[in-house]
Formats: sequence, C-alpha cells, structure tokens
Amino acid sequence: MSQEAFFVLGATHHTTPLAVRERLSLDADAATRFARQLSELGTVREFTLLNTCNRIEFYGVASDPAAVAQVQAAFCAQQNVDPAEFERFRLHLRGPAALHHLLEVAAGVDSQMVGETEIFGQVKDAYALAQSRGHTGPILNRVFQKTFQAAKHVRSHTAITEGHVSVANVAVDLAQTIFGELGSTRILLLGAGDIGEKTAKAFRSRDAGSLTVASRRLERAMELATALGASAMPFEQRESRLAEFDIVVCSTSAPGTVVSRDAAKAAIQKRPARPLFFIDLALPRDVDAGVAHLQNVFLYNLDDLAKIADENRAAREAELAKCRALLAERAEALWKQIEPRLPAPSHGGAVPSPRA
Amino acid sequence: MFAGLHDRTWIWIAAACYLAGLILGTISLLRGTRQSNAAINVIIAFGYLCHLLGLYARGQAVGGCPLGNMFEIFQFTAWSATTLYLVLGVTFRLSLLGYFTSCLAAVLTVTSLAIPAWDATRRVQIFGGNPWIELHASLALFSYGVFALLALTALMLVLRHHSLKSKHLGGWFSFLPSILELDHISLRLLIAGVILMTASLIGGAVYWFRDFDTVNLTKLLFTVALWLAYAVALALRLGGQLLAKRFAWTCLVLFAAALVSLGPVDASRNPPALPAPDHVVPR
Repeated sequence: MSQEAFFVLGATHHTTPLAVRERLSLDADAATRFARQLSELGTVREFTLLNTCNRIEFYGVASDPAAVAQVQAAFCAQQNVDPAEFERFRLHLRGPAALHHLLEVAAGVDSQMVGETEIFGQVKDAYALAQSRGHTGPILNRVFQKTFQAAKHVRSHTAITEGHVSVANVAVDLAQTIFGELGSTRILLLGAGDIGEKTAKAFRSRDAGSLTVASRRLERAMELATALGASAMPFEQRESRLAEFDIVVCSTSAPGTVVSRDAAKAAIQKRPARPLFFIDLALPRDVDAGVAHLQNVFLYNLDDLAKIADENRAAREAELAKCRALLAERAEALWKQIEPRLPAPSHGGAVPSPRA
Repeated sequence: MFAGLHDRTWIWIAAACYLAGLILGTISLLRGTRQSNAAINVIIAFGYLCHLLGLYARGQAVGGCPLGNMFEIFQFTAWSATTLYLVLGVTFRLSLLGYFTSCLAAVLTVTSLAIPAWDATRRVQIFGGNPWIELHASLALFSYGVFALLALTALMLVLRHHSLKSKHLGGWFSFLPSILELDHISLRLLIAGVILMTASLIGGAVYWFRDFDTVNLTKLLFTVALWLAYAVALALRLGGQLLAKRFAWTCLVLFAAALVSLGPVDASRNPPALPAPDHVVPR
C-alpha cells in the first residue's frame, strides 16, 4: 500500500498539447491559492508544486488513497477544466515510478530540450517555495535533496548537457572556439529581427564584449540597442566599419547580400591578426558565400548552425539510456530509504493506473 | 630498488611514461571523452623525472652536457620540450597540449632508443673544455625544445582551422583550444625560441671570433639558416604578413627542417666519434 502514498499528478509536454497546457498553467496567485487548498484537504501530508511552461506536476505524500482524486478534482475546479478532459492528458505515477520521474525531470532527461539545465533550477525553486510555506516534511525533504544530488551526478558523469541545441547558443559556442573568452570581442548585429535578438542575448548572457546594432530602420536599431544595452549604428556604415568588429551576426530580411566578399576582404586586411566571424541567420543569406574562402574569416549560415544543433541534440539523446539507468539505480535506492517511512493509507480505495 | 638502473633504463622508463600518456590520451579521444589534464600531467611529470635521471647519469659519465651523438641530441630536445611544457604549458591551460607533448616526447625518445647506431659512438670533448661553448650548445638545443612545443601548438592551430573551415566540430576537435589562444601562445613560443637561439648564436660567435679555424662551416650554415628562417617568420608574424594557418604551417615546416638538420650538423662536427661509454648508473 505504501506505493500509493507517494505520487505525482500532472500534465507534461509529452502528452498535453500546448493549448491545453496554457489552460492548466498556474500563475503565482493561482498557485498560492491552490497550495492553500491542498493543505486544507487533510489527505495530503506533504506536497510540492512544479509549474513550468512545459509541465505542471504535484508531488505528494498521501495519507489516504483518495488524495489523488481529491487533488485532481480541486485542480480541475480551480482551472475550470473538465476532469474527463484532464484525464485524457494527465500524468499519474506512484511509488518508485513517481520517484524515478522526479529524478528524470530534475536531471533534464524528461525535458522537451533534452539535457537543458534550467529545469534543475525550477525544481529547486519549487521545492524551496514549498519548504518555506511548510508544505514539505521529512519524506519530501529527503526526496528532493537526493533528487538534486542525483541530477548533479548525471550531469557530471554523462554528456547529457554537452553541446548547445539552440541555434543562438550554438553560434556563441562557435565564437568561443575562435576567440576563447568573449569579453574583449566586438559584435555587430545586422538586422533587428527576432533570431538576431535571441543570438545577441545569448552573447550577452555569456559576457560578450561590446554590442552594436545596425538595422535598415535606424529607430528600430536604437530601440533594440537600448533593450540590449548596446549602441546603434547607421546601416549604411556596415561595410565601411566592418573592420571594427570581430563577430557579425546577420539577420536582415534584405533580398540580396548586405556584406560583400570585397568588404569582408578589406576588413580582414585592416586587422589581419584577429579572425572575423560571420553568423548569417538570414534567408535569403546576407553574406556573400565567397567570404568563407578568405584567410582567417569564418562564415556559418543558418543551415550550418542548425546541423550542429541537431548533432548536439542527437548526442544528448544517445546519452539518455545511460542517464536513465543511473537515475533508476538512484531511484531504487532512494525508494528503499523512504518506503518504510511512508504513511499507511487510512482506508482502501480505487487507485488509477500507474501512467494514465 | 631503482638505485642501480642504467641511464638508458631510466630513459626507457621515461619513454614508457610518455607512451602511456599517448595511449591514454588517444583512448580518451577515441571515446570522445574529455581527458583528465591532471592525469596526463602526473604521467608526464613522472616520465620527466626519469628522463632527468637518465640524462644526469649520462652527463656524469661523459663529464658534461650529453650532446655527443644523435641519441643524446634527440633526448635533450625531448627533455627540453617536456621541461617547457611542465613549466609553461601547464599554465597555458590548453586542453590537449599535454597529450600532444606526450606524443612528441614519446616519438623522440622511442625513436632514438630504437636505433642503437645513434648511441654506439659519441664525440668527446666537443666543448673543448669551455663552459661557454657548453652553454651555447645547451641553449641551442633548448631553443629546439621551444620550437618543438611551438610545432605542437601550431599543429593544434592547423587542426582547429581545419575543423572550423570544414565545419567538423564534433569528436575530438571539440577539445581543441580556441584559435586566438593557440595563436597567442604560438607567438609567445616563437619569440622565446628566437631569443634563446639568438643568445646561443651570440655565445657561439664570441668563441668563433677568437678561434675562427675551429668553426665548422656546415654546422654554422645550417644553424644560421635555421635561426634566420625563424627570425624572418617572427618578423613576418609581427608585421601581420604571416598569419593564421600559414603561420602555423610555417612553424611546422621549420621544426621539421630543424629536426632534419640535426643529422648533417651532428655528422659534420670536428671531434672524432668514439665508442659510447658503458651504460651508467646515476650516483
């Protein structure tokens, strides 16, 4: 019976479409209200609520087999979701399977972007919030502490987190293979589109040096520059001032090339000892393909970056079996520790299937 | 237990350590895992210690710096490169440099150990009892050690360029340092090597001017040509004329030329070659 005492109930990106996840998502106030409701149920001794854009999950220690149904009913009522619809998409695991799931979630193994590390911080935050509100007890405290250890172990003993899987981060990785530390690099962002902005933010997040934005609409360039803490430059100066930059991120919607081979050649001749790196994210391409043949100049386009991202993703997925085996071992050991301490249910009742 | 070992035995142990570094590093690369710099450094350091003991024993036996035949010259060059790696290379924190140093040291030590003829005879009194000439020779060979390390960073630079241009960044290419790091370190090594070789030539020149009859023209021509080539490469690099892959290839070709020139330089030296001393035990 103790298997029923530890459970996870929720919905994740694996089975729940985005439109449904949007309706299930809890904002901070709704999460607080729902947590209060759970604590008033009396059948859930300990619980933690994990609420991210890809999943909403309740981890609980129940003293009554009816607890799961009560949690589900309360949640559906609050979110105004038909319980029958929720059951079509829901995740419900209990006992060691629930424990194994939590370990996989924290390690990034269950994430949409396999191996991402943001989820680890989200699980930590969820646990910290539950702990600060007194919603956790000896079981969940132990479970989460061991979960964090297991997630760290997997990250450091497998290649699950190696190599970035987004185009923007792959571009920054490439820049590091050319320049090493990015602190002294000067970056020119040509075009103020979404993908260029994401790439600029990825550079900023890794302490890149100065950033300059140039767009065919100067006011848009100035707007984005202000948002990024960068400076703006007239688009017409892009070729004449090319030598001032180490990394050029191009994402304009111009119909033809905006950086010619001659301009790139002139730029590298002015600063021959420092490489020049073009990241061409535009379609049609912004940089003349002939630039790639220049000495000490490197050119990567969207396809090149996407291919690297795909290779990294495949490499991460190849590590999944190893990660799952490691986590299964940890989950089994942890279950043996917590099982004797789980409450015995006060009365019997129907329990839903392990993975609905 | 080790007290009775001969000089060549110590050098064999050193070679085995360098080979172990090479094999371990190769296995790591083939598996696609990041190798432990600490493990490679410990292996190289132990090999270096054995190498030092072997050369010390040989030096004691011959009464000076052991540079009397091809075996000793190769050993001294490998030892110099390893010294530099342990003193400077470790601080560069370049992944793979330790592995490449292991490879180079293993090739130089094993090759010279495997050719008995290189150590069958050795020239005696090559320094004429003059410590300045001994210093000149050891500085010259130490600069070869610097150029050996330079050849390794240049090789890494060529590989890094190739991986970026061909867009093959996975596998063991991912462990290579960045282009700028490799370029900066290569430039520093080139400067250090040229300075050492210049100092060595100046030391030798002072002696030659006093006693020009003893100057060996073949050796002088090869040495000056090599020094000039490295100096020109440095001038071109500093002037922005020799950069990136071309700079790296130049360093590789020059080091190959330096190794090839060791043969004619050694063969042309004046003192006759005599049978090498029996293998000796360090005191």
